[in-house]
Amino acid sequence: MDILIQAFLLVVRPDVIVTILLASLFGLFVGAIPGLTATMATALLVPVTFFMDPIPALGAIVTASAMAIFSGDIPAALLRMPGTPASAAYTDESYKLGKKGMLDLTLGTNVVFSAMGGMFGVAILVFAAPWLAEVALKFSSFEYFWLACLGLTCAVFISTTDPVKGFASLFLGLAFATVGIDPVVGHPRFTFGSIELLQGISFIPAMIALFAVSEVLRQALVIGDPVEQVSAHIGNIFKGIGAMIRRYKFNFLRSSTIGVAIGALPGAGGDIAAWITYAVSKKFSKEPEKFGTGHIEGIVDATSANNAALAGAWIPALVFGIPGDSITAIVIGVLYMKGMNPGPTVFLHNPQLIYGVFIIFIIANLMLVPLGLIAIKSAKQILRLPRQLLIPIILMFCIVGAFAITNSILAVVILLVLGILGWVLEENGFPVAPIILGMVLGEMLEMNFMTSMIKADGSFLAFFERPIAGVLGAMTLLVWAGMIWTGLRPKRAAA
Amino acid sequence: MTRLTRRTFMTAATGAAATATLGAPSFAQAYPSRPIQLICPWGAGGGTDAVARIVGTLLEKDLGQPVTVVNRTGGNGVVGHSAIATAAPDGYTIGLLTVEIVMMHWMGLTQLGPADYTPIGLVNEDAPVVIVKSDGPYKDLKALIDAIKANPGKLKASGTAQGGIWHLALVGMLQALKIPPSAVPWVPSTGAAAGLQDLVAGGVDIVCCSAPEGKSLVDAGRVKYLTVMAPRRDPTLPDLQTLKEITGAEYATGVWRGIAGPKNLPAPIFDKLLASLKKAYDSKEYKEFMTNRNFGMSWSAGPDFGAFMVKADAAMGESMKSAGLAK
Repeated sequence: MDILIQAFLLVVRPDVIVTILLASLFGLFVGAIPGLTATMATALLVPVTFFMDPIPALGAIVTASAMAIFSGDIPAALLRMPGTPASAAYTDESYKLGKKGMLDLTLGTNVVFSAMGGMFGVAILVFAAPWLAEVALKFSSFEYFWLACLGLTCAVFISTTDPVKGFASLFLGLAFATVGIDPVVGHPRFTFGSIELLQGISFIPAMIALFAVSEVLRQALVIGDPVEQVSAHIGNIFKGIGAMIRRYKFNFLRSSTIGVAIGALPGAGGDIAAWITYAVSKKFSKEPEKFGTGHIEGIVDATSANNAALAGAWIPALVFGIPGDSITAIVIGVLYMKGMNPGPTVFLHNPQLIYGVFIIFIIANLMLVPLGLIAIKSAKQILRLPRQLLIPIILMFCIVGAFAITNSILAVVILLVLGILGWVLEENGFPVAPIILGMVLGEMLEMNFMTSMIKADGSFLAFFERPIAGVLGAMTLLVWAGMIWTGLRPKRAAA
Repeated sequence: MTRLTRRTFMTAATGAAATATLGAPSFAQAYPSRPIQLICPWGAGGGTDAVARIVGTLLEKDLGQPVTVVNRTGGNGVVGHSAIATAAPDGYTIGLLTVEIVMMHWMGLTQLGPADYTPIGLVNEDAPVVIVKSDGPYKDLKALIDAIKANPGKLKASGTAQGGIWHLALVGMLQALKIPPSAVPWVPSTGAAAGLQDLVAGGVDIVCCSAPEGKSLVDAGRVKYLTVMAPRRDPTLPDLQTLKEITGAEYATGVWRGIAGPKNLPAPIFDKLLASLKKAYDSKEYKEFMTNRNFGMSWSAGPDFGAFMVKADAAMGESMKSAGLAK
């Protein structure tokens, strides 16, 4: 109890409150700009946190990243551009809902379920941290290999078009993932002697290219046309939300739980949580045929999950010093800088600081609703901007964002090349989302497959020998068998 | 070869021109007149990045101009190291060199070596430790060595990429113990954290990395240090015996980090940076930071750092060749 009071006193200080308010606005802004990610918001905050005490420093990161993950949903709904990769899974869906005149409901769902998902994540972080991290810690390369397989299988669930075209996109993404230094033996591949290409095709510039630049190109074709307004007025975004919560309470609980678990898994963050929960939602929905046409259900799932994952990622980061996602990878650096070396001892030596962080997590998710409303109301102004102004500015932010991630001009080249490629592919009915998933999971798949084979001295059976790996492997094989079976069935009927 | 000659010529020419025009005292006083870039070849959030940032902050205080840390990652460090080497030698681009600069060229990843830089100062050195699971079957290093000898090829080790510094440390230790390196196959990982997690998860049996990298899991009681490969014990871990104390076999290596500029940095700029770096190294903030993170402090200035790298380069070439990792 003493510790809680101490923690509370550490948080309720004018400088801390001002810092987290400013960080919130910064996070909302960065998240809403397509191409600037929550990870980037965190990275940009690090030099500033150098001069702060531990609580405001960590508080700034917690609030900025929570706000950025939510506000990535705003341009997704308004402009069909995910503000952060965490919104990419349901960008099409929210944009189509907006087109149907349900923009208020979409944005209301985003803000309320983001805050609720975040809160759910914090609750798990506070009460079940040690136990959940224990589960994730039992994962070796065998388990990660199967997780990557399940993730790639999701790419096929997500692609709504011709499965053949979905597979083509997926393999294109996997091919991109092979560029650079081989993760296992360290041999350069497809670099054509270029030093810059040794780092591979970075995921962030590719994501901005495929989701934003291709959209910019599409818009550039009609830039002279009268601006197509999605909805000139954002009304009461909270109307009908109560009914949504009642209707989808099970979806919310399921996806927030999955979100926290995926967040706590090292390497997988909000973006993968959103993809997976969206696919799960479609799989178990009573109306799967509505997915992809502008249906709110998948958004409820994914928008809850990506915010829940954010808190989930802190679990292994705080307890064992293993980052759950790219944001907490930076957080661990900040913890060390502040002398709060992550590990169980931090709970013994500085419990008031850890509880202070938890309190800030709760405050951040409470503030998400009013501040999110302000962000939505002001983001609406983007729609009023003439396209001739907006499109070049977005392109500029895309280029700056791509450059900022790698500090290299190669990122800008990747951005432009993949932007054009993405546009051409989409115009011809190839989905771009599987490319991104292939790029994210490609290296994870290869690395874990190869290291597993080294550990097992080349025996495939080892992939099923460990209990968790065996279950995950059996699940994956069942899903594949199901896919092959459903794929073959219409052929038989025709024959 | 043509490219290299031309670049060498160009840098030499630029350097000469810079010295001629900028060598005047008025310039020395004016430097730095704009922000300085400090290139870090490793990602934001990691140990090298943290060292680069603390050094950057302290240099900034002394030089009175912003020192921005720029992460140029990828290619096992090739990308960042080559960005430092190919920058204009005007003092506005400097960088953090890591042990990889004496390893990458032996693997055939690049032609860059210590000779392509103006060394300013070594700021840190860390020795490798051997880590196993706390609840595993090996209570000390002797038990582990016996198990390796009894079942060659059965135990697997991890901690970094194939041919990375910790891989070499393990190979070096095995060779010093007269055990063939193939007795412990290396499982490549993206870093020490990933290797340690795999150790806890039971995927591998041994992890070789630096003491600070393993600290949080050791404190958590998950894993334990068995030995340190250094000439003497680590002052922050006074109870941990060195390899020589336990086995009598002599082997020591380690990672190090130092600040350097491109080749042919003009003398007045070099002097200013060296003075500033020395001040940063001696500061209370730096000592506090390094102690907090369990990083080893180690200092050698300018030419001494250069000589250190040349020596390290030769030693590394030898051990990589005998481990079969050099191209």
